[in-house]
Amino acid sequence: MLLIDCPWCGPRDQTEFHPHGEAHIVRPGDPDSLSQEEWGDYVFFRTNPKGIHYERWVHAHGCRRWFNVMRDTVTDHIHATYKPGEPKPALPSTRPDDEKPGS
Amino acid sequence: MTQIHRLPRGGRINRDTPLQFRYDNREYQGYEGDTLASALLANGVHLVGRSFKYHRPRGIYSAGSEEPNALVQLESGAHTEPNRRATEVELYDGLCAASQNCWPSVKFDLGAVSSGVSRLLPAGFYYKTFMWPASFWMTYEKFIRKAAGLGRSPEEIDPDHYDKLHAHCDVLVVGAGPAGLQAALSAGRSGARVILADEKPEFGGSLLSDPAVLGGRPAAEWVDAVVAELGDLPEVTLLTRTTVTGYYDYNFLVANERVSEHLGPRNRGGQPKERLWKIRARQVVLATGAIERPLVFADNDRPGIMLAGALRTYINRFAVLPGRRVGVLTNNDSAYLAALEAADAGADVEVIDVRKDPDGALVAKARDAGIGIRQDSTVAGVRYRGGRIRAAAVMKLSDSGSDVRGRRDTVHCDLLAVSGGWNPTVHLFSQGKGKLRYLEDQHCFVPGARSANNPGHEAGACKAAWTLPACLARGAEAGAAAARDAGFGGVVAADSPAVDEVPEGGMRPLWILPTDHPVGRGPGKHFHELHNDSTVADIALAAREGFVSVEHLKRYTTTGMGTDQGKTSNLNALSVMADIRGLPVPEVGVTTFRPPFTPLTFGAIVGHDRRELFLQKRKTPMHPWHETNGAMFEDVGDWKRPYYFPLPGESMHDAVQRECRAARTAVGMLDASTLGKIDIRGKDALRLLNMVYTNAWDTLRPGRCRYGLMLNEHGMVFDDGVTTCLGEHHYHMTTTTGGAARVMNWLEEWLQTEWPSWEVYCTSVTEQWAVATLTGPGARDLLSSLCDRPLDDDAFPFMSMQAFPVAGIPARVFRISFTGDIAFEINVRARHGLALWETLIDAGKKHALCPYGTETMHVLRAEKGFIIAGQDTDGTVTPMDLGMDWIVSKKKGDFLGRRSHARTDTAREGRKQLVGLLTEDPVFVLPEGTHVVEPLRDSPPMNMLGHVTSSYMSPNVGRSIAMALIKDGFNRKGETLSVSLMDGGSHRVTVTDPVFLS
Repeated sequence: MLLIDCPWCGPRDQTEFHPHGEAHIVRPGDPDSLSQEEWGDYVFFRTNPKGIHYERWVHAHGCRRWFNVMRDTVTDHIHATYKPGEPKPALPSTRPDDEKPGS
Repeated sequence: MTQIHRLPRGGRINRDTPLQFRYDNREYQGYEGDTLASALLANGVHLVGRSFKYHRPRGIYSAGSEEPNALVQLESGAHTEPNRRATEVELYDGLCAASQNCWPSVKFDLGAVSSGVSRLLPAGFYYKTFMWPASFWMTYEKFIRKAAGLGRSPEEIDPDHYDKLHAHCDVLVVGAGPAGLQAALSAGRSGARVILADEKPEFGGSLLSDPAVLGGRPAAEWVDAVVAELGDLPEVTLLTRTTVTGYYDYNFLVANERVSEHLGPRNRGGQPKERLWKIRARQVVLATGAIERPLVFADNDRPGIMLAGALRTYINRFAVLPGRRVGVLTNNDSAYLAALEAADAGADVEVIDVRKDPDGALVAKARDAGIGIRQDSTVAGVRYRGGRIRAAAVMKLSDSGSDVRGRRDTVHCDLLAVSGGWNPTVHLFSQGKGKLRYLEDQHCFVPGARSANNPGHEAGACKAAWTLPACLARGAEAGAAAARDAGFGGVVAADSPAVDEVPEGGMRPLWILPTDHPVGRGPGKHFHELHNDSTVADIALAAREGFVSVEHLKRYTTTGMGTDQGKTSNLNALSVMADIRGLPVPEVGVTTFRPPFTPLTFGAIVGHDRRELFLQKRKTPMHPWHETNGAMFEDVGDWKRPYYFPLPGESMHDAVQRECRAARTAVGMLDASTLGKIDIRGKDALRLLNMVYTNAWDTLRPGRCRYGLMLNEHGMVFDDGVTTCLGEHHYHMTTTTGGAARVMNWLEEWLQTEWPSWEVYCTSVTEQWAVATLTGPGARDLLSSLCDRPLDDDAFPFMSMQAFPVAGIPARVFRISFTGDIAFEINVRARHGLALWETLIDAGKKHALCPYGTETMHVLRAEKGFIIAGQDTDGTVTPMDLGMDWIVSKKKGDFLGRRSHARTDTAREGRKQLVGLLTEDPVFVLPEGTHVVEPLRDSPPMNMLGHVTSSYMSPNVGRSIAMALIKDGFNRKGETLSVSLMDGGSHRVTVTDPVFLS
């Protein structure tokens, strides 16, 4: 079970949080200027990386605040947590753990 | 005849406390400190069960949690528990247990005929034989379940209670053998918060079964001194009878403490039976020891055959010598300790050693003790009679070890102890995503690199430290390192006591031992897996049929899939497959180790989270009145809402029809307290409303209400409700009952992540307000009688809110309506809800007031064509599909979901649209979900036009009414279509406007 470092409360059990999908998807300021494809990308399409993923979580059973998590989808290693509006942390130079998930 | 195999002295049993117990309806005696297994062996009982598939007689094979055979049904009735390992069940007075998987008795079992026809039951038998015809599987399954299987599940409610506990520590030490004790001591002395857990009732691990001398005193005294010191350290928690069963990410481990099981079901003294610990540790030291590896020979499953280490445990810890004539079959030196100790205890001992020329110090010691040693030999078969083995057939091995030569010699023995070396217990390490490493020279897997998420150390036999001095030293180092890594400075490893070390000789890497016919042919089965009755021949068959991957092998032969998870069998299975494929073991790979390490009871997992404590019921302040007045309840979200209020003898249909009529002709009253309510404040509150609703909010003045639809970014309706302006920058939003939390999260997520600079504060006030809704022609008169306000349309117009006392209770009264009639939603502080309700009931008697439930609420709104978000919408429905274009602003600018309405699919003609349906037969009520089809055929598939979303018998319309989402529905009004019913029948329906009552 993940231990997630809420930027407001500190490390807490995963059971206190809900994931909300990919982070850093900005709502277009002028939706009408977007083509159908561009709007479709915003509404429907998400990355599904094997490796580092930037995602949005909410401390649902805690401070009820949203924040971002930089997590490796292969190892489940959480590299960083940070508040909305803060820039993406840099990619780690070496992955601490490159094992495959169990079958 | 009691305890004929009990030794006259020694052991960690309390001879002053004899205990009576029953096994298979016979009375026996044991001592405090016994396990059920040791007590049975003390009484000469070896045969304790029948095997899973072939119903072969089976005995006690080990002395611990790795036991594959001795599974018993513990206790009876409500307390009964199946598949308990006799080697783990502590004896208590009055214990009652029975053997499993045998009928009518363990000694004479009718199922054993399947042993005679075992050639007809190869690996994968079930898959192959029972596949055809598929429809017969249900028939076959009943017989399979009867023939093969384990114990019986309890059928009564468990009378015991179970506990759960969350714990945090700096260092968790798993296993309290010599390495674990030293680790806990080193870490504990640093001041770190330490938890030490061990599955046995007392600490010491292998030392409990070892007459070793540590620092000049018996091992037990050294253990006592260490435990005493640990007990004095304030930050150290000692957990005996506690199995760490799971190792999850970020050093989260689950441990099961058997708190009072050893006291028996009648003597728990109010304590929970078990307690589940959920432990988060900074550092984890695994000192989980090793499990002995069996040797696999012809008929190696017979009662009277056990692991050599287990024999040592029975002699040293329990003072039981389970045989008078003991054979020891080994490929390494460690079994010689068993031979020496058995001889010392008075047994005639003969060693059969597969090695050509064993020459270790222990071998010499055995020779000196006069123990016969047959080297370069194997057991080619055993003679079994009357519940245990009587003799072993011994033959010389060929050079390669793959064949036997010479003649069969008979070694008379009533016990055969076997040892194929030791396997580190890597289960937890592997569960924690650690990578295993194969030690070629020692023929075993050991912990390699840890997952970065799970910092810690491993020590002792679980990391292939095979001598006592090494275990003590490595344990101390690991504990100190763990404390240091957890942030404690100045940590030193505890000193190790001096121990005499006897160097061990090498092993012969031979585990599958030949007999005088090829393996898998003729009599004599080579069981590599006792628990699931899987043989070496089964592995060969699996390989021939192409199931060479270890994961396929496991599923095809069921190796390692039993309740013991293959603790004794897995590596032998892998090495057989490696031999067949001509590959080294690590290239064959290992199957995934999964939690739990040993089975958990459902009770332990559930703990106190049962019934009301599992899912708490949400009740409105008016709930007591509903209960005493016979309401039937419906679950909406977690709420208990009155469904309808039947009069004595009234059916649901009758009650709902009566309530519907009363609400339209007199006054109806609904408990609407469950409606979601959100208080919204801040100078940007209006901006928020304009973004989350489809209509414009700028003109809403204080005291006025407006209905709104909420869309997701796909442009689809997901909630609706009325929002009221309470004052400048202050609004009261209502949501559907089930959508309250979703809407609250929706607002918060946008505010926090997309519009963080907006000044808006959202507060859930659902439970702060109790709501009684009055509706119908008499509603105004009834409310008038309880307040001193003019309530006419001019003074209190539709879609407005006024605050005034109702029956003396401060209230916010909303003149809004979900029935289409004049209605007042009276909101009062939750604590006044019941008083308001009861006052209205009393005052309502003069006005023929009728309380109604959610079913009537649904009928009334459907009569007017009002939607219920989530019933008439399903996440694929736009406001336009609902015929609600009027609520979608074209002028106000952007709002959530707006742009998606211009998507080609959302904007196209012919989408499914909400319409009314009238049945040809006015008393026929369509089942909700019914498919509307065109054309109608005799059987599916049919072209589906849509489905019925709401359907009721309406007394006010005087017939059945329905709403449906139908392709191009708006253009079909007036058309007659068909519906296909579940029972195969059909009906004709006419498409109408969804407003049935104007």
